[in-house]
Amino acid sequence: MQKRTYLLLAFIAVLILAAPLLLLPGGEFEGSDDLAGEEALAIRPDYQPWLDNILALPDSAESLLFALQAAVGSGFIGFYLGRVITRKQMTAEKA
Amino acid sequence: MKKCAFLLTVFFVFPAPAHAMHIMEGFLPVGWSVFWTLAAAPFVWLGFGAVSRLFAEKPGYKMLLAVCGAYIFVLSALKMPSVTGSSSHPTGVGLGAVLFGPAVMVVLSGIVLLFQAILLAHGGISTLGANVISMGVAGPLLAYGAYRLGVRAGLSRTMAVFAAAFTGSLATYIATSLQLALAFPMETGGIAASFARFAGIFALTQAPLAVCEGILTVIIFNVLLNYNREEVQLLLRTGKEAA
Repeated sequence: MQKRTYLLLAFIAVLILAAPLLLLPGGEFEGSDDLAGEEALAIRPDYQPWLDNILALPDSAESLLFALQAAVGSGFIGFYLGRVITRKQMTAEKA
Repeated sequence: MKKCAFLLTVFFVFPAPAHAMHIMEGFLPVGWSVFWTLAAAPFVWLGFGAVSRLFAEKPGYKMLLAVCGAYIFVLSALKMPSVTGSSSHPTGVGLGAVLFGPAVMVVLSGIVLLFQAILLAHGGISTLGANVISMGVAGPLLAYGAYRLGVRAGLSRTMAVFAAAFTGSLATYIATSLQLALAFPMETGGIAASFARFAGIFALTQAPLAVCEGILTVIIFNVLLNYNREEVQLLLRTGKEAA
């Protein structure tokens, strides 16, 4: 693919993510799992969730862990890309 | 190409606290929890078998497999707003399913699900089996199927990868909707009516995000292919022989 195609694709992706925020100002964007939970309770109002999450961290600590999860993942991908990109460059120089 | 790598990094450095998808802890009746846990067990076993076979036969691919795991890690930490006014997150299962086949994805998805269930109050232990089936089995399997179908139908590799990632993302949530519908049938209309309602929440929220996931997966797939052509092509070829 052309460089321009990549940029265009990335732009479309950003647009898809930005559109809801622009189109629905003040929207709550509640997680779909929470909505599904509410839906389940609407279908069966007598249902009692029989187990709670083992660990209920405060929101701030939870966002730390989510950030950590994303950071570890993207860090590793970055490390790998750096490795293969450098390797390819070095092989090209040798040849 | 360097710009692409940069764009990818930009995508990955916007982590937001996520609270979406997966069946919440305790939200499946005991019987269904047991059922899905038992149903997931053989797939987990197959998955570990596939991973250990991969490590034994092609030890050079450990890094690339870890990249696929890391990709799921990143994507499932990203909560994305959808036009439905709710939010959800992508799954990231398409990339690994295309490169390594669906079997190893059970393990990669399982690790992420376990991590989120224990530490992040996201998903749960009682619903782990059901979530492994949706994100570790149904999603990757259909993603892989979409890729193979796409290739056979003569689509370009880019389009086939897009189809795989899109399908994998959407199929995960459709499976989740089905699991919830089975456990919570409506009094009138039964499972079908209930499925329509859960799918209305999950699948509709997910559809635009699945497009994003498809695009992102295409970009990273092509970057991987460009900088590590030999390994990636060898993987895709062995996949063809196996199929």
